Amino acid sequence: MKLLVAVKRVIDYNVKPRVKMDGSGVDLANVKMSMNPFDEIAVEEAIRLKEKGAATEIVAVSIGPAKAQETLRTALAMGADRAVLVQTDEEVEPLAVAKILKGIADEEQPGLIILGKQAIDDDSNQTGQMLAALLGWPQGTFASKVEISGGDVNVTREVDGGLETVKLSTPAVVTTDLRLNEPRYASLPNIMKAKSKPLATKSPGDYGVDVAPRLETLKVVEPAKRTAGIKVGSVDELVAKLKALGVAK
Amino acid sequence: MKTLVLVEHDGKQVKDATLAAVTAASKLGEVHLLVAGKGVGGIADAASKIAGVGKVHVADGAHLEHQLAEDVAPVAAALMGSHDAFLAPATTTGKNVAPRVAALLDVMQISDILSVEGEDTFTRPIYAGNAIATVKSKDAKKVITVRGTAFEKSATSGGSGAIEAVDAGGGSGKSSFVGAELSKSERPELTSAKVIVSGGRAFGSSGDFHALLDPLADKLGAAVGASRAAVDAGYAPNDYQVGQTGKIVAPEVYVAIGISGAIQHLAGMKDSKTIIAINKDEEAPIFQVADIGLVGDLFQIVPELTEKL
Repeated sequence: MKLLVAVKRVIDYNVKPRVKMDGSGVDLANVKMSMNPFDEIAVEEAIRLKEKGAATEIVAVSIGPAKAQETLRTALAMGADRAVLVQTDEEVEPLAVAKILKGIADEEQPGLIILGKQAIDDDSNQTGQMLAALLGWPQGTFASKVEISGGDVNVTREVDGGLETVKLSTPAVVTTDLRLNEPRYASLPNIMKAKSKPLATKSPGDYGVDVAPRLETLKVVEPAKRTAGIKVGSVDELVAKLKALGVAK
Repeated sequence: MKTLVLVEHDGKQVKDATLAAVTAASKLGEVHLLVAGKGVGGIADAASKIAGVGKVHVADGAHLEHQLAEDVAPVAAALMGSHDAFLAPATTTGKNVAPRVAALLDVMQISDILSVEGEDTFTRPIYAGNAIATVKSKDAKKVITVRGTAFEKSATSGGSGAIEAVDAGGGSGKSSFVGAELSKSERPELTSAKVIVSGGRAFGSSGDFHALLDPLADKLGAAVGASRAAVDAGYAPNDYQVGQTGKIVAPEVYVAIGISGAIQHLAGMKDSKTIIAINKDEEAPIFQVADIGLVGDLFQIVPELTEKL
Protein backbone atom coordinates (compact mmCIF):
# COMPACT_ATOMS: atom_id res chain seq x y z
CA MET A 1 0.00 0.00 0.00
CA LYS A 2 1.23 3.46 -0.89
CA LEU A 3 0.93 6.22 1.70
CA LEU A 4 0.57 9.93 1.06
CA VAL A 5 1.45 12.39 3.82
CA ALA A 6 0.80 16.12 3.64
CA VAL A 7 3.14 18.51 5.43
CA LYS A 8 2.97 22.27 5.95
CA ARG A 9 5.72 24.76 6.61
CA VAL A 10 4.65 26.89 9.56
CA ILE A 11 6.08 29.11 12.26
CA ASP A 12 8.17 27.01 14.67
CA TYR A 13 6.06 25.98 17.63
CA ASN A 14 8.57 27.45 20.09
CA VAL A 15 8.32 30.94 18.57
CA LYS A 16 5.82 33.36 20.06
CA PRO A 17 3.85 34.86 17.17
CA ARG A 18 3.81 38.67 16.98
CA VAL A 19 0.95 40.53 15.40
CA LYS A 20 2.07 43.12 12.83
CA MET A 21 1.64 46.76 13.83
CA ASP A 22 -0.60 47.47 10.82
CA GLY A 23 -2.97 44.64 11.80
CA SER A 24 -2.52 42.83 8.49
CA GLY A 25 -1.36 39.56 9.98
CA VAL A 26 1.35 37.85 12.00
CA ASP A 27 4.95 38.87 11.37
CA LEU A 28 6.77 35.94 9.75
CA ALA A 29 9.83 37.86 8.52
CA ASN A 30 13.05 36.37 9.94
CA VAL A 31 11.08 33.95 12.08
CA LYS A 32 12.15 30.33 12.42
CA MET A 33 9.89 28.06 10.36
CA SER A 34 9.46 24.30 10.80
CA MET A 35 7.23 21.43 9.87
CA ASN A 36 3.79 21.66 11.48
CA PRO A 37 4.09 19.43 14.59
CA PHE A 38 0.93 17.43 13.78
CA ASP A 39 2.36 16.75 10.28
CA GLU A 40 5.58 15.46 11.83
CA ILE A 41 3.41 12.94 13.67
CA ALA A 42 1.79 12.06 10.32
CA VAL A 43 5.17 11.45 8.70
CA GLU A 44 6.29 9.36 11.68
CA GLU A 45 3.14 7.24 11.53
CA ALA A 46 3.64 6.60 7.81
CA ILE A 47 7.22 5.51 8.44
CA ARG A 48 6.15 3.17 11.26
CA LEU A 49 3.51 1.59 9.00
CA LYS A 50 6.18 1.04 6.36
CA GLU A 51 8.59 -0.40 8.93
CA LYS A 52 5.87 -2.82 10.03
CA GLY A 53 5.45 -3.94 6.45
CA ALA A 54 1.95 -2.48 6.12
CA ALA A 55 3.07 0.06 3.51
CA THR A 56 5.45 0.00 0.59
CA GLU A 57 6.09 3.63 -0.35
CA ILE A 58 5.68 7.02 1.31
CA VAL A 59 5.10 10.14 -0.77
CA ALA A 60 5.31 13.47 1.09
CA VAL A 61 3.47 16.47 -0.32
CA SER A 62 3.61 20.13 0.58
CA ILE A 63 1.79 23.12 -0.84
CA GLY A 64 3.56 26.40 -0.34
CA PRO A 65 6.52 28.58 -1.27
CA ALA A 66 9.85 27.35 -2.66
CA LYS A 67 11.14 27.17 0.91
CA ALA A 68 8.63 24.42 1.69
CA GLN A 69 11.24 22.23 -0.05
CA GLU A 70 13.10 22.32 3.28
CA THR A 71 10.03 20.90 5.02
CA LEU A 72 9.82 18.15 2.41
CA ARG A 73 13.54 17.40 2.82
CA THR A 74 12.87 16.97 6.54
CA ALA A 75 10.13 14.45 5.72
CA LEU A 76 12.51 12.66 3.34
CA ALA A 77 15.24 12.64 5.98
CA MET A 78 12.80 11.12 8.47
CA GLY A 79 12.07 8.32 6.00
CA ALA A 80 9.65 9.33 3.23
CA ASP A 81 10.67 7.97 -0.18
CA ARG A 82 9.89 10.89 -2.47
CA ALA A 83 8.26 14.27 -2.40
CA VAL A 84 6.00 16.58 -4.37
CA LEU A 85 6.05 20.35 -3.87
CA VAL A 86 3.06 22.21 -5.24
CA GLN A 87 4.68 25.59 -5.36
CA THR A 88 2.80 28.83 -4.86
CA ASP A 89 3.48 32.05 -3.00
CA GLU A 90 -0.22 32.57 -2.34
CA GLU A 91 -1.66 31.68 1.03
CA VAL A 92 -3.68 28.59 0.19
CA GLU A 93 -6.81 27.90 2.24
CA PRO A 94 -7.74 24.38 3.43
CA LEU A 95 -10.43 23.94 0.74
CA ALA A 96 -7.93 24.63 -2.07
CA VAL A 97 -5.29 22.50 -0.33
CA ALA A 98 -7.80 19.64 -0.19
CA LYS A 99 -8.55 20.07 -3.91
CA ILE A 100 -4.84 19.96 -4.81
CA LEU A 101 -4.32 16.91 -2.60
CA LYS A 102 -7.28 15.25 -4.31
CA GLY A 103 -5.53 15.83 -7.64
CA ILE A 104 -2.38 14.21 -6.29
CA ALA A 105 -4.36 11.32 -4.80
CA ASP A 106 -6.04 10.72 -8.16
CA GLU A 107 -2.57 10.44 -9.73
CA GLU A 108 -0.84 8.48 -6.99
CA GLN A 109 -3.71 6.21 -5.85
CA PRO A 110 -2.54 5.86 -2.23
CA GLY A 111 -4.26 3.44 0.14
CA LEU A 112 -4.04 5.90 3.00
CA ILE A 113 -3.51 9.65 3.27
CA ILE A 114 -2.22 10.86 6.64
CA LEU A 115 -2.32 14.54 7.61
CA GLY A 116 -1.96 16.57 10.79
CA LYS A 117 -5.35 17.37 12.35
CA GLN A 118 -4.59 21.07 12.15
CA ALA A 119 -1.79 23.48 11.34
CA ILE A 120 -0.58 25.62 14.22
CA ASP A 121 -0.79 28.82 12.18
CA ASP A 122 -4.41 29.08 11.01
CA ASP A 123 -5.73 26.39 13.41
CA SER A 124 -8.44 25.51 10.88
CA ASN A 125 -8.68 21.74 11.41
CA GLN A 126 -10.37 21.20 8.04
CA THR A 127 -8.08 19.86 5.32
CA GLY A 128 -8.27 16.13 6.07
CA GLN A 129 -12.04 16.09 6.42
CA MET A 130 -12.46 18.15 3.23
CA LEU A 131 -10.09 15.89 1.31
CA ALA A 132 -12.01 12.81 2.47
CA ALA A 133 -15.28 14.40 1.34
CA LEU A 134 -13.90 15.38 -2.08
CA LEU A 135 -12.54 11.88 -2.64
CA GLY A 136 -15.65 10.19 -1.21
CA TRP A 137 -13.40 8.34 1.24
CA PRO A 138 -13.96 7.58 4.94
CA GLN A 139 -12.05 9.57 7.54
CA GLY A 140 -10.45 8.84 10.89
CA THR A 141 -9.78 12.21 12.48
CA PHE A 142 -7.77 13.05 15.65
CA ALA A 143 -6.13 9.63 15.61
CA SER A 144 -4.29 8.24 18.63
CA LYS A 145 -3.88 4.75 17.14
CA VAL A 146 -3.86 3.46 13.55
CA GLU A 147 -3.92 -0.24 12.68
CA ILE A 148 -4.08 -1.62 9.17
CA SER A 149 -5.56 -5.09 8.77
CA GLY A 150 -6.43 -6.45 5.38
CA GLY A 151 -8.32 -3.88 3.39
CA ASP A 152 -9.39 -1.97 6.49
CA VAL A 153 -7.85 0.47 8.88
CA ASN A 154 -8.92 0.77 12.50
CA VAL A 155 -8.50 4.27 13.87
CA THR A 156 -8.81 5.14 17.56
CA ARG A 157 -9.86 8.78 17.83
CA GLU A 158 -9.43 11.27 20.66
CA VAL A 159 -12.94 12.62 21.23
CA ASP A 160 -14.37 14.95 23.87
CA GLY A 161 -15.70 12.08 25.97
CA GLY A 162 -12.60 9.87 25.73
CA LEU A 163 -11.65 7.52 22.91
CA GLU A 164 -13.65 6.13 20.00
CA THR A 165 -12.58 3.49 17.49
CA VAL A 166 -13.87 3.37 13.93
CA LYS A 167 -13.18 0.89 11.16
CA LEU A 168 -12.61 2.40 7.73
CA SER A 169 -12.36 0.66 4.40
CA THR A 170 -9.31 1.74 2.42
CA PRO A 171 -8.54 4.02 0.72
CA ALA A 172 -9.06 6.37 3.66
CA VAL A 173 -7.92 9.63 5.22
CA VAL A 174 -6.43 9.81 8.72
CA THR A 175 -5.64 12.98 10.66
CA THR A 176 -3.23 12.80 13.59
CA ASP A 177 -3.58 13.90 17.17
CA LEU A 178 -0.76 14.53 19.62
CA ARG A 179 -0.49 11.13 21.20
CA LEU A 180 -0.34 8.98 18.08
CA ASN A 181 3.44 8.72 18.30
CA GLU A 182 6.60 10.62 19.11
CA PRO A 183 8.31 11.70 15.88
CA ARG A 184 11.95 10.70 15.40
CA TYR A 185 14.77 13.09 14.69
CA ALA A 186 16.43 12.66 11.34
CA SER A 187 20.00 11.38 11.67
CA LEU A 188 22.81 13.19 9.88
CA PRO A 189 23.40 10.35 7.38
CA ASN A 190 19.68 10.34 6.61
CA ILE A 191 19.68 14.11 6.13
CA MET A 192 22.50 13.67 3.61
CA LYS A 193 20.68 10.82 1.88
CA ALA A 194 17.47 12.87 1.70
CA LYS A 195 19.21 15.38 -0.55
CA SER A 196 19.28 12.87 -3.37
CA LYS A 197 15.74 11.57 -2.97
CA PRO A 198 13.36 12.66 -5.76
CA LEU A 199 11.41 15.91 -5.26
CA ALA A 200 9.02 16.94 -8.04
CA THR A 201 7.79 20.51 -8.34
CA LYS A 202 4.28 21.24 -9.56
CA SER A 203 1.86 24.16 -9.52
CA PRO A 204 -1.78 24.40 -8.39
CA GLY A 205 -2.68 24.88 -12.08
CA ASP A 206 -1.33 21.40 -12.84
CA TYR A 207 -4.26 20.09 -10.83
CA GLY A 208 -6.71 22.64 -12.22
CA VAL A 209 -7.19 24.24 -8.81
CA ASP A 210 -7.98 27.92 -8.35
CA VAL A 211 -6.35 28.99 -5.08
CA ALA A 212 -8.05 32.41 -4.87
CA PRO A 213 -9.07 32.83 -1.22
CA ARG A 214 -12.71 32.58 -0.19
CA LEU A 215 -12.06 34.27 3.12
CA GLU A 216 -10.78 37.80 3.26
CA THR A 217 -8.81 38.70 6.38
CA LEU A 218 -9.93 42.20 7.34
CA LYS A 219 -7.62 42.56 10.31
CA VAL A 220 -5.56 40.68 12.84
CA VAL A 221 -5.20 41.92 16.39
CA GLU A 222 -3.68 40.73 19.63
CA PRO A 223 -6.12 39.14 22.04
CA ALA A 224 -7.15 41.01 25.16
CA LYS A 225 -4.42 40.58 27.71
CA ARG A 226 -4.87 39.38 31.26
CA THR A 227 -2.81 41.07 33.86
CA ALA A 228 -1.18 39.38 36.79
CA GLY A 229 -3.18 39.65 39.99
CA ILE A 230 -2.10 39.23 43.55
CA LYS A 231 -0.12 36.57 45.35
CA VAL A 232 -1.32 35.16 48.64
CA GLY A 233 1.12 33.94 51.28
CA SER A 234 -0.66 30.94 52.74
CA VAL A 235 -3.30 28.30 52.21
CA ASP A 236 -5.52 30.08 54.76
CA GLU A 237 -5.49 33.23 52.66
CA LEU A 238 -6.30 31.16 49.57
CA VAL A 239 -9.23 29.51 51.37
CA ALA A 240 -10.53 32.96 52.29
CA LYS A 241 -10.30 34.04 48.65
CA LEU A 242 -12.15 30.90 47.50
CA LYS A 243 -14.88 31.66 50.04
CA ALA A 244 -15.11 35.24 48.78
CA LEU A 245 -15.52 33.88 45.23
CA GLY A 246 -18.39 31.73 46.48
CA VAL A 247 -16.84 28.42 45.46
CA ALA A 248 -16.05 27.27 48.98
CA LYS A 249 -18.18 27.30 52.11
CA MET B 1 -30.98 34.35 6.56
CA LYS B 2 -31.86 30.77 7.45
CA THR B 3 -29.35 28.84 9.54
CA LEU B 4 -29.02 25.13 10.25
CA VAL B 5 -27.36 24.16 13.53
CA LEU B 6 -26.06 20.64 14.13
CA VAL B 7 -27.37 19.41 17.48
CA GLU B 8 -24.65 17.76 19.56
CA HIS B 9 -26.04 14.85 21.53
CA ASP B 10 -25.03 11.48 22.90
CA GLY B 11 -28.29 9.73 22.11
CA LYS B 12 -29.62 10.60 25.58
CA GLN B 13 -29.46 14.35 25.86
CA VAL B 14 -28.66 17.55 24.00
CA LYS B 15 -25.14 18.69 24.85
CA ASP B 16 -24.53 22.21 26.13
CA ALA B 17 -22.22 23.06 23.24
CA THR B 18 -25.33 23.13 21.03
CA LEU B 19 -26.75 26.03 23.03
CA ALA B 20 -23.83 28.34 22.29
CA ALA B 21 -24.02 27.47 18.59
CA VAL B 22 -27.74 28.34 18.63
CA THR B 23 -26.91 31.76 20.09
CA ALA B 24 -24.32 32.37 17.36
CA ALA B 25 -26.82 31.27 14.70
CA SER B 26 -29.52 33.55 16.10
CA LYS B 27 -27.23 36.52 15.37
CA LEU B 28 -27.35 35.54 11.69
CA GLY B 29 -31.06 34.84 11.30
CA GLU B 30 -33.70 32.18 11.69
CA VAL B 31 -32.47 29.11 13.58
CA HIS B 32 -33.26 25.61 12.37
CA LEU B 33 -31.71 22.53 13.92
CA LEU B 34 -30.53 19.20 12.59
CA VAL B 35 -30.77 16.19 14.88
CA ALA B 36 -29.10 13.13 13.37
CA GLY B 37 -29.03 9.78 15.12
CA LYS B 38 -30.90 6.57 15.82
CA GLY B 39 -34.11 6.73 17.85
CA VAL B 40 -33.68 10.42 18.50
CA GLY B 41 -37.32 11.42 18.98
CA GLY B 42 -36.61 12.45 22.57
CA ILE B 43 -33.60 14.50 21.54
CA ALA B 44 -35.68 16.23 18.88
CA ASP B 45 -38.37 17.07 21.46
CA ALA B 46 -35.78 18.56 23.80
CA ALA B 47 -34.12 20.45 20.95
CA SER B 48 -37.45 21.93 19.82
CA LYS B 49 -37.79 23.61 23.23
CA ILE B 50 -34.49 25.52 22.95
CA ALA B 51 -35.34 29.22 22.95
CA GLY B 52 -35.57 30.77 19.52
CA VAL B 53 -35.65 27.58 17.48
CA GLY B 54 -37.87 27.68 14.39
CA LYS B 55 -37.72 24.16 13.05
CA VAL B 56 -36.06 20.87 13.97
CA HIS B 57 -35.05 18.61 11.09
CA VAL B 58 -34.73 15.03 12.28
CA ALA B 59 -32.73 12.43 10.39
CA ASP B 60 -33.37 9.12 12.13
CA GLY B 61 -31.72 5.94 10.95
CA ALA B 62 -29.80 2.94 12.25
CA HIS B 63 -26.72 4.00 10.26
CA LEU B 64 -26.72 7.36 12.08
CA GLU B 65 -26.45 5.82 15.57
CA HIS B 66 -22.83 6.86 16.03
CA GLN B 67 -23.09 10.05 13.97
CA LEU B 68 -20.20 9.14 11.70
CA ALA B 69 -19.15 12.10 9.56
CA GLU B 70 -19.44 10.05 6.36
CA ASP B 71 -23.17 9.57 7.06
CA VAL B 72 -24.12 12.86 8.76
CA ALA B 73 -22.42 15.23 6.31
CA PRO B 74 -24.52 14.30 3.24
CA VAL B 75 -27.73 14.75 5.27
CA ALA B 76 -26.63 18.23 6.33
CA ALA B 77 -25.42 19.13 2.84
CA ALA B 78 -28.75 18.09 1.32
CA LEU B 79 -30.58 20.45 3.71
CA MET B 80 -28.33 23.34 2.74
CA GLY B 81 -30.33 23.85 -0.45
CA SER B 82 -32.84 25.68 1.71
CA HIS B 83 -30.49 27.17 4.33
CA ASP B 84 -27.81 29.84 4.08
CA ALA B 85 -25.49 28.93 6.93
CA PHE B 86 -24.52 25.66 8.62
CA LEU B 87 -23.20 25.93 12.16
CA ALA B 88 -21.77 23.24 14.40
CA PRO B 89 -20.28 23.45 17.87
CA ALA B 90 -16.46 23.38 17.74
CA THR B 91 -16.40 20.03 19.56
CA THR B 92 -14.73 16.88 18.28
CA THR B 93 -18.07 15.93 16.70
CA GLY B 94 -18.58 19.33 15.03
CA LYS B 95 -14.98 19.53 13.87
CA ASN B 96 -15.29 16.06 12.36
CA VAL B 97 -18.49 16.75 10.44
CA ALA B 98 -18.50 20.45 9.44
CA PRO B 99 -15.48 20.51 7.07
CA ARG B 100 -16.96 17.51 5.30
CA VAL B 101 -20.19 19.46 4.80
CA ALA B 102 -18.19 22.49 3.63
CA ALA B 103 -16.31 20.48 1.01
CA LEU B 104 -19.54 18.92 -0.28
CA LEU B 105 -20.89 22.47 -0.73
CA ASP B 106 -17.59 23.86 -2.10
CA VAL B 107 -17.44 26.34 0.77
CA MET B 108 -14.42 27.45 2.81
CA GLN B 109 -15.31 26.87 6.46
CA ILE B 110 -14.84 29.50 9.14
CA SER B 111 -13.53 27.58 12.16
CA ASP B 112 -14.02 28.23 15.84
CA ILE B 113 -15.69 31.65 15.66
CA LEU B 114 -15.55 33.95 18.67
CA SER B 115 -18.06 36.53 17.47
CA VAL B 116 -20.48 37.39 14.68
CA GLU B 117 -19.60 40.83 13.31
CA GLY B 118 -22.05 40.78 10.40
CA GLU B 119 -23.80 38.27 8.18
CA ASP B 120 -20.53 37.32 6.48
CA THR B 121 -17.92 38.60 8.96
CA PHE B 122 -16.60 36.78 12.02
CA THR B 123 -13.67 36.78 14.42
CA ARG B 124 -11.65 33.68 15.09
CA PRO B 125 -8.46 32.78 16.94
CA ILE B 126 -5.30 31.89 15.01
CA TYR B 127 -1.79 30.92 16.16
CA ALA B 128 -3.07 29.16 19.28
CA GLY B 129 -5.03 32.23 20.29
CA ASN B 130 -2.02 34.55 20.06
CA ALA B 131 -3.89 36.53 17.42
CA ILE B 132 -7.53 37.17 16.62
CA ALA B 133 -8.44 37.48 12.94
CA THR B 134 -11.52 39.21 11.56
CA VAL B 135 -12.51 37.34 8.39
CA LYS B 136 -15.14 37.95 5.75
CA SER B 137 -16.53 35.05 3.78
CA LYS B 138 -17.11 35.45 0.04
CA ASP B 139 -18.98 32.15 -0.23
CA ALA B 140 -22.72 32.27 -0.87
CA LYS B 141 -23.32 29.69 1.87
CA LYS B 142 -21.48 29.76 5.17
CA VAL B 143 -20.14 26.80 7.09
CA ILE B 144 -19.06 27.68 10.61
CA THR B 145 -17.90 26.02 13.82
CA VAL B 146 -18.62 27.89 17.05
CA ARG B 147 -16.40 28.13 20.11
CA GLY B 148 -18.67 27.23 23.00
CA THR B 149 -17.09 29.55 25.55
CA ALA B 150 -17.46 32.62 23.31
CA PHE B 151 -21.26 32.72 23.24
CA GLU B 152 -23.94 32.69 25.92
CA LYS B 153 -25.94 29.49 26.09
CA SER B 154 -29.48 29.70 24.78
CA ALA B 155 -32.19 28.72 27.24
CA THR B 156 -33.30 25.10 27.05
CA SER B 157 -36.94 26.05 27.38
CA GLY B 158 -39.34 28.53 25.85
CA GLY B 159 -38.95 27.40 22.26
CA SER B 160 -41.59 25.60 20.24
CA GLY B 161 -39.89 24.49 17.07
CA ALA B 162 -41.79 22.35 14.60
CA ILE B 163 -40.32 18.88 14.23
CA GLU B 164 -39.94 17.58 10.71
CA ALA B 165 -38.50 14.26 9.59
CA VAL B 166 -36.00 14.48 6.78
CA ASP B 167 -34.32 11.94 4.53
CA ALA B 168 -31.68 10.18 6.61
CA GLY B 169 -29.87 8.88 3.52
CA GLY B 170 -28.14 5.53 3.51
CA GLY B 171 -24.91 4.55 5.20
CA SER B 172 -21.71 5.15 3.23
CA GLY B 173 -20.70 1.57 3.97
CA LYS B 174 -17.11 2.79 4.18
CA SER B 175 -16.87 3.38 7.90
CA SER B 176 -18.30 1.74 10.98
CA PHE B 177 -18.21 2.21 14.73
CA VAL B 178 -16.12 -0.34 16.59
CA GLY B 179 -16.25 0.86 20.18
CA ALA B 180 -15.65 3.65 22.63
CA GLU B 181 -13.89 4.07 25.94
CA LEU B 182 -15.64 7.02 27.44
CA SER B 183 -14.52 8.45 30.75
CA LYS B 184 -17.16 7.93 33.39
CA SER B 185 -17.24 10.49 36.12
CA GLU B 186 -19.66 11.81 38.69
CA ARG B 187 -18.00 15.18 38.32
CA PRO B 188 -19.23 17.93 36.00
CA GLU B 189 -18.05 17.98 32.39
CA LEU B 190 -14.97 20.09 31.78
CA THR B 191 -16.52 22.33 29.15
CA SER B 192 -19.55 23.23 31.26
CA ALA B 193 -18.11 23.13 34.81
CA LYS B 194 -18.24 26.26 36.97
CA VAL B 195 -15.03 25.30 38.75
CA ILE B 196 -12.08 23.38 37.30
CA VAL B 197 -9.01 22.12 39.12
CA SER B 198 -6.29 21.29 36.67
CA GLY B 199 -2.96 19.55 37.19
CA GLY B 200 0.36 19.58 35.39
CA ARG B 201 3.50 17.53 35.12
CA ALA B 202 4.63 18.59 38.60
CA PHE B 203 2.39 15.86 40.07
CA GLY B 204 4.99 13.37 38.91
CA SER B 205 2.73 10.32 38.64
CA SER B 206 -0.77 9.25 37.78
CA GLY B 207 -1.20 8.05 41.37
CA ASP B 208 -0.38 11.40 42.94
CA PHE B 209 -2.33 13.28 40.27
CA HIS B 210 -5.56 11.54 41.24
CA ALA B 211 -4.82 11.09 44.96
CA LEU B 212 -4.28 14.83 45.38
CA LEU B 213 -6.60 16.40 42.81
CA ASP B 214 -9.69 14.21 43.05
CA PRO B 215 -10.47 15.00 46.74
CA LEU B 216 -9.91 18.73 46.09
CA ALA B 217 -12.22 18.59 43.07
CA ASP B 218 -14.85 16.82 45.17
CA LYS B 219 -14.65 19.51 47.87
CA LEU B 220 -15.13 22.25 45.25
CA GLY B 221 -17.67 20.37 43.10
CA ALA B 222 -15.17 20.87 40.32
CA ALA B 223 -14.23 19.13 37.10
CA VAL B 224 -10.65 17.87 36.78
CA GLY B 225 -8.47 19.01 33.90
CA ALA B 226 -4.84 18.54 32.95
CA SER B 227 -2.09 20.18 30.95
CA ARG B 228 -0.79 18.56 27.81
CA ALA B 229 2.42 17.65 29.65
CA ALA B 230 0.45 15.74 32.28
CA VAL B 231 -1.59 13.90 29.64
CA ASP B 232 1.48 13.09 27.53
CA ALA B 233 3.14 11.72 30.67
CA GLY B 234 0.15 9.46 31.22
CA TYR B 235 -1.04 11.02 34.50
CA ALA B 236 -4.50 11.71 33.08
CA PRO B 237 -6.51 10.53 30.05
CA ASN B 238 -6.62 12.58 26.85
CA ASP B 239 -10.11 13.94 27.47
CA TYR B 240 -8.78 15.85 30.50
CA GLN B 241 -6.54 18.02 28.34
CA VAL B 242 -7.16 21.74 28.45
CA GLY B 243 -5.46 23.79 25.76
CA GLN B 244 -5.57 24.96 22.18
CA THR B 245 -5.58 21.41 20.83
CA GLY B 246 -7.54 19.97 23.73
CA LYS B 247 -10.61 21.45 25.38
CA ILE B 248 -11.29 25.17 25.52
CA VAL B 249 -12.77 26.08 28.89
CA ALA B 250 -13.96 29.27 30.56
CA PRO B 251 -15.24 28.42 34.05
CA GLU B 252 -15.94 30.87 36.87
CA VAL B 253 -12.83 29.64 38.65
CA TYR B 254 -9.87 27.79 37.15
CA VAL B 255 -7.30 26.41 39.60
CA ALA B 256 -4.02 25.57 37.84
CA ILE B 257 -1.79 23.41 40.02
CA GLY B 258 1.74 22.51 39.04
CA ILE B 259 1.13 23.91 35.57
CA SER B 260 3.83 26.23 34.26
CA GLY B 261 1.55 27.93 31.73
CA ALA B 262 2.72 27.06 28.22
CA ILE B 263 1.15 29.19 25.46
CA GLN B 264 -0.93 26.31 24.23
CA HIS B 265 -2.36 25.67 27.71
CA LEU B 266 -3.14 29.35 28.28
CA ALA B 267 -4.99 29.40 24.95
CA GLY B 268 -7.42 26.87 26.37
CA MET B 269 -8.24 28.56 29.69
CA LYS B 270 -7.41 32.25 29.65
CA ASP B 271 -11.03 33.27 29.28
CA SER B 272 -11.80 31.83 32.70
CA LYS B 273 -13.29 34.44 35.00
CA THR B 274 -10.87 33.92 37.88
CA ILE B 275 -7.59 32.05 37.51
CA ILE B 276 -5.83 30.70 40.58
CA ALA B 277 -2.30 29.34 40.22
CA ILE B 278 -0.33 27.16 42.60
CA ASN B 279 3.25 26.58 41.54
CA LYS B 280 6.60 26.24 43.28
CA ASP B 281 8.35 28.37 40.64
CA GLU B 282 7.42 31.99 41.24
CA GLU B 283 8.69 32.88 37.75
CA ALA B 284 6.26 30.42 36.07
CA PRO B 285 4.34 32.12 33.21
CA ILE B 286 1.04 30.98 34.72
CA PHE B 287 1.40 33.72 37.36
CA GLN B 288 1.30 36.36 34.61
CA VAL B 289 -2.32 35.49 33.88
CA ALA B 290 -3.40 34.39 37.36
CA ASP B 291 -5.66 36.59 39.49
CA ILE B 292 -4.56 34.83 42.63
CA GLY B 293 -1.23 33.07 42.99
CA LEU B 294 0.31 30.92 45.70
CA VAL B 295 3.96 29.97 45.47
CA GLY B 296 4.84 26.68 47.10
CA ASP B 297 5.05 22.91 46.95
CA LEU B 298 1.82 21.39 45.69
CA PHE B 299 2.42 18.20 47.69
CA GLN B 300 2.00 20.26 50.88
CA ILE B 301 -0.46 22.88 49.64
CA VAL B 302 -3.05 20.65 47.96
CA PRO B 303 -3.71 18.33 50.94
CA GLU B 304 -3.79 21.34 53.29
CA LEU B 305 -6.20 23.18 51.00
CA THR B 306 -8.47 20.14 50.69
CA GLU B 307 -8.40 19.74 54.47
CA LYS B 308 -9.30 23.36 55.15
CA LEU B 309 -12.13 23.66 52.63
